[in-house]
Amino acid sequence: MSFLLRCPHCGDRSVYEFRFGGEVKPRPAPGASEEEWVNYAYNRTNSAGVQTEWCYHRSGCRQWIKAVRNTRTNEVLETFYPEENAR
Amino acid sequence: MTQLFGNNRMWRSHELKKSYDVVIIGAGVHGLATAYYLGKEHGVRRVALLDKGYLGSGSSGRNTAIIRSNYRTPEGIPFYDASVKLYEDLSRELGWNVLFSQCGHLTLAHTDSGVAGLRVRAENNQLLGVDSRLIYPEEIRRLVPSMYLGAGQRYPILAALYHPPGGIIRHDAVVWGYARACDRMGIEIHPFTEVTAIRVENGAARSVVTTRGEIAAGAVLNATAGWASTISAMAGVPLQIVSHPLQACVTEPLKPFLDKVIVSATLHVYVNQTDKGELVIGAEIDPYQSYSTKGTLPTLEQMATYTLELFPQLHGVRVLRQWAGVCDMTPDFAPIIGAAEDVSNFYMDVGWGTYGFKAGPAAGKYTAEMIATGKTPKIIEPFSPSRFRTARLVGEKAAAAVSH
Repeated sequence: MSFLLRCPHCGDRSVYEFRFGGEVKPRPAPGASEEEWVNYAYNRTNSAGVQTEWCYHRSGCRQWIKAVRNTRTNEVLETFYPEENAR
Repeated sequence: MTQLFGNNRMWRSHELKKSYDVVIIGAGVHGLATAYYLGKEHGVRRVALLDKGYLGSGSSGRNTAIIRSNYRTPEGIPFYDASVKLYEDLSRELGWNVLFSQCGHLTLAHTDSGVAGLRVRAENNQLLGVDSRLIYPEEIRRLVPSMYLGAGQRYPILAALYHPPGGIIRHDAVVWGYARACDRMGIEIHPFTEVTAIRVENGAARSVVTTRGEIAAGAVLNATAGWASTISAMAGVPLQIVSHPLQACVTEPLKPFLDKVIVSATLHVYVNQTDKGELVIGAEIDPYQSYSTKGTLPTLEQMATYTLELFPQLHGVRVLRQWAGVCDMTPDFAPIIGAAEDVSNFYMDVGWGTYGFKAGPAAGKYTAEMIATGKTPKIIEPFSPSRFRTARLVGEKAAAAVSH
């Protein structure tokens, strides 16, 4: 199902204006073990349900934002600036 | 026709037993083929196939049924070629017509870099004994007279990778044929039986909890394609997969005018005409992760636009249906087949992205060998789950993305 994402700068926009940036994962510290880096680089939860994810507004303000979305229904619960956290 | 509409059942219903030697989660073409070769080649017949829906309700019934082996990597080509060869013999082997039409497959190049990419594939294919070669507009025009190669195209057709053994198959018939053959060996098929948990004790998968009760398992295979991450998480096994929908559509039936499979990676579209005359058109994957199987208007517009670039005469043709399947995309566009690294008795045949259906028989055959003998056959070794840790990825994107 096609859907709209509310960009914090540009308002409700078609999802096709955005580049999907994957699920939000904490980045390992610079000195982390190889195993942690492999996990960060390759392993994905791939949630069937609500997840927080990165979106890049490629055809708009060209800013990275975060969205909370249900991946089964594509319902977008909220969007926010990357430095903020989900409510 | 009496075979299709007669009283002889394709497979029987069973009560769920307390235990099985092998429990296969996902009764699509991969799960069914694995069960079939377990029973036929290794005599393992205490096997249960579980599926949360009806047989072929997942990607086995949603793909565009294209079969080919003109891949790019030396790991991928022999594997897909083994699959095409198994498909060639499948009707005879199963005693069930799977309507495999090896009509030929053309991958178009519209840019210089596209031609260079196809040349690499042609060379690799020929070195590994796959019938595949680069052809140019004159020959393309002769093979596909209905396609527009004239002036004024935004993306002119410069060359094509011609793969004569490629073609299309009746994907439902493959599912039914394998299911029927499994049933005749005493292998149990349990549709509408959803797995809700996998019990792991002392580092080994011991049993599978389903909506119809718990069953003990000597070995568990995850063959759930787009839903692979959800099953894997139940066993605590991390996966590298991201699920994306892939959409396709079918038009009203037309007189036969196209007897080749036409693929264009630049235009993100692939087209073939079925025996019934309908055009089956597929798109690239949706640009975001999702488990939704609903079609979208932007993708339908895109499929129509690009198909009309190739076949402008279709401008008045109506679309009958549009649908989506969930694809389990991996970082390198190659599958993940092997035993889980940290949980014993747990096997995977996942990460089939947009290229799973054509690989079904070979994946089933070698996954069955792996489960039955405990040794990973050489041909599937490159697809091991450990390759991400050891950084030995199989870069198949150039031949696996869009080009079905």
